[in-house]
Amino acid sequence: MSGLVFESIVKKFGEFTAVHETSLTIPQGKFVCLLGPSGCGKTTLLRMIAGLEAATAGRILLDGDDVTRIPTHKRDFGMVFQNLALFPHLTVGENIAYPLRIRGVSKSDCLAAVKRLLDLVQLPDMAGRPVSKLSGGQKQRVAIARALALEPKLFLLDEPLSALDAKLRESMQIELKQLQQKLGITTIVVTHDQREAMTMADLVVVMSQGKVHQVAPPVEIYRKPKDAFVADFIGSTNLISGRISGSGKLAVPGGTLLADDLPATGDVTLSVRPENIRVTAGSGDNTPGCLAGEVSYIRDLGASIEMYLSVAGQQITAITTPSDRPDIAAGDAVSVHFPKDACVVLGDA
Amino acid sequence: MINTFILRLFLGAIALFMAAPLAVVAGVSFNERKSLSFPPEGFSLDWYAQIFTEDSWRSALFNSVGVAVGASSLAVVVAFPLAWFLWRFHAPWARIVQVLGLAPFILPPVITALGFLSFWTTAGSYGQAWTVVISHGIFFVTLPLVTLTLGFEAVDDSLVEAAATMGADDRTILRTIILPLILPYIISGMAFAFVLSLNEYIVAYMAVGFTVETLPIKIFNSLRYGYTPTMASVTVLFVAIAVVVFGLIARFGDLPRLLGAWRHDDDS
Amino acid sequence: MKIKPRTFSDYATIGFPAGMLMVFFVIPFGIMIAVSFFQRVQGAFYEPAFVFDNYARFLTSFFGGILGFSIGLAALVAVVSVLLAFPFTYILTRMTRRTQVVWLVFLLSVLSLSEVLIGFGWSTLLSRTAGISNLLVALGVLDKPMSLSPSFGAVMTGMVYQTFPYTVLVLFPALSRLDPSLVEVARTLGSGPVRSFLNVVVPALRNSIVSTLIMVFVFALGCYLLPQLLGKPSHWTLSVLITDQAIYQSNMPFAAAMAVFLVLVSLSLVAISLLYGKKENAA
Repeated sequence: MSGLVFESIVKKFGEFTAVHETSLTIPQGKFVCLLGPSGCGKTTLLRMIAGLEAATAGRILLDGDDVTRIPTHKRDFGMVFQNLALFPHLTVGENIAYPLRIRGVSKSDCLAAVKRLLDLVQLPDMAGRPVSKLSGGQKQRVAIARALALEPKLFLLDEPLSALDAKLRESMQIELKQLQQKLGITTIVVTHDQREAMTMADLVVVMSQGKVHQVAPPVEIYRKPKDAFVADFIGSTNLISGRISGSGKLAVPGGTLLADDLPATGDVTLSVRPENIRVTAGSGDNTPGCLAGEVSYIRDLGASIEMYLSVAGQQITAITTPSDRPDIAAGDAVSVHFPKDACVVLGDA
Repeated sequence: MINTFILRLFLGAIALFMAAPLAVVAGVSFNERKSLSFPPEGFSLDWYAQIFTEDSWRSALFNSVGVAVGASSLAVVVAFPLAWFLWRFHAPWARIVQVLGLAPFILPPVITALGFLSFWTTAGSYGQAWTVVISHGIFFVTLPLVTLTLGFEAVDDSLVEAAATMGADDRTILRTIILPLILPYIISGMAFAFVLSLNEYIVAYMAVGFTVETLPIKIFNSLRYGYTPTMASVTVLFVAIAVVVFGLIARFGDLPRLLGAWRHDDDS
Repeated sequence: MKIKPRTFSDYATIGFPAGMLMVFFVIPFGIMIAVSFFQRVQGAFYEPAFVFDNYARFLTSFFGGILGFSIGLAALVAVVSVLLAFPFTYILTRMTRRTQVVWLVFLLSVLSLSEVLIGFGWSTLLSRTAGISNLLVALGVLDKPMSLSPSFGAVMTGMVYQTFPYTVLVLFPALSRLDPSLVEVARTLGSGPVRSFLNVVVPALRNSIVSTLIMVFVFALGCYLLPQLLGKPSHWTLSVLITDQAIYQSNMPFAAAMAVFLVLVSLSLVAISLLYGKKENAA
């Protein structure tokens, strides 16, 4: 099949297991983000794809071919490093032409390729510059152009935008995504920034402690997190634990909540995003899906309003817009509504 | 105020102490008369001309420069693969070879010299001119080894990895990335070895003392028969060579870093 | 990413330097040790044997005197050099980069200077006709110029001159890495520059100072010409004696035995100084 497949890949550094047994398929032409906190094994996974780390066990297949034992320099993947790794002794043009030059591509072909690639990353006429004279964003583009020079099957980027300031980073995210769509190249980006992953990715791979938690499109990751780690790591959420008390009903401290896809029996945890929780003044009805609570404090951020509530001793956060703001203040008794379709049942992490 | 004064006095005294013998030697080297006297009487560059015009001095100079060029090249040729191996591979036993490379410089030179004397005698090559090139090459291998080790450490791993992802094998990486990046360290290591070989006496003396006269040997031999002003001009020439070589290293490289300082100038 | 060497060509790269050092450093060393047990033949060179005669000569009072003098001289030189170089290097590392570089170039030039040339320079400076005594006469301190060499003072001066740049360069890394805030803290607590130097800098680098003392001691022990050029025969050191025995007395076995002894002394001292250096890094 086409695409990149991990078959029971394991990576150990001595006693430490950086990547636990992982099987994963990355379809061809997709933009994939490996997302997780630092030390979760995402960079190790990327380096194994590039051949910079040898897998302890398992296989990596590209379009059906086993590439696990192929040395890095024969894989022909384009890679952008976290520190960009531009060669300081070469000019912009020489950096970009490097992979072509060492393959014996003629000078004129190299020049043509450099021009095309610089146009692609919107840095025309920069070929003669020393890399030390470039700004952070320009270096970024040169590193991308260099990695694409071989028209690789796989485009790998390790925290490529981490050195840029926030504003430039956002525009580069969009640019990178557009570039990938234009070229249709399978792209794998390592990042710890969930906004970056949400902006760029077709598919997000959420990892922590050497394990893959969920593989899904960004919206699904957000709306239907598979477990507590994903729910908590992607955006913010309220985690509420309870026991199944009937069909579609969950007994939680302070009352009953409703949710789809509940198992028949047992203890489960729900994730409810703050913006999906509705708060009304007064502790009137105590029907299923609605709990009585008290306002701890309110934070008005202008564009949104965060309400910190105490429900049966548990902290619950709700967010609303200024136009929907209920008429409440700290210390007031309130009703907290948890819509059925916003209550996501989480699996074990 | 008083502290600044004492500080300057101290620095001045050190500078005077370090410069005094060189200043006197420089002074007598310009002396018109052949006898040793200071302050110099008259001014003459004859004694400088004599290094190049008088056969025995000229051949000693050529011997010294030839040995220094050969020895410093050999030192780099031996040190480079060693430093590269230590940087590239994880092999604890290679540390032993590294220690062997550092040892000649730490031990008293007489010991190395005596080792070479007994070696060349046993090998039956005692007195051959090339033996001093090898002896110096090994004796000074420490210097390029140290600068190259620093040089390799300064190469960012990701540059090597990046080159590999672009299709460069070990050999290509060495040629296109590593060599250009550590060239300054190769040159400074070679320059250190060159200057020290030029000045080295005891190893050269024990290896070829009776057949090949390098400048230090020639000066020492001449000293035993009294003073000639050419000794002074040669000394000045040697100091000048050292200052120029180390000055060039400082100009094109990072001398404080080569000598073990952090680069704290970046944030100051 | 360091990997384990696997292929033949991986090993081949270290093969050449390892072979060169083996043939031209380890084997000469071995031969020297072997020669130290050989028997001297009068009129010829030496013949293979296995005798301890050469080592037995260590027990004579003549040798004991030389050994004691060498060690005492090297120790004195090391102490004086470190006493001068430590405050100097401290000041040097606080200077601007430019000034540092100028000093370093100068010190390296002196350090690389042949012992022959240093000896010549100082014998000129201390001579009757061209030396400082003429200056003292001109200043009216002395009646007539006098020769200050050969003498013990001349040997000491020459050796300190030679070891001073070495000492500075050995101390340079440790002092230039010293956290400047250490001193600043002391200054803000009200101690003067000299007191904060003595109370903060010196104790912080106690181990470096000890290991430097040992390194300079070994370096001074290796001085082979200055005692000969600037001193009287009574000022000769072990290194000079080794050279003398090997070259002029043609007694290689005895020279080798003394060299082996010198190696043992030097190596054990270097090992001690490395241990001290380690401790500081670990702390």
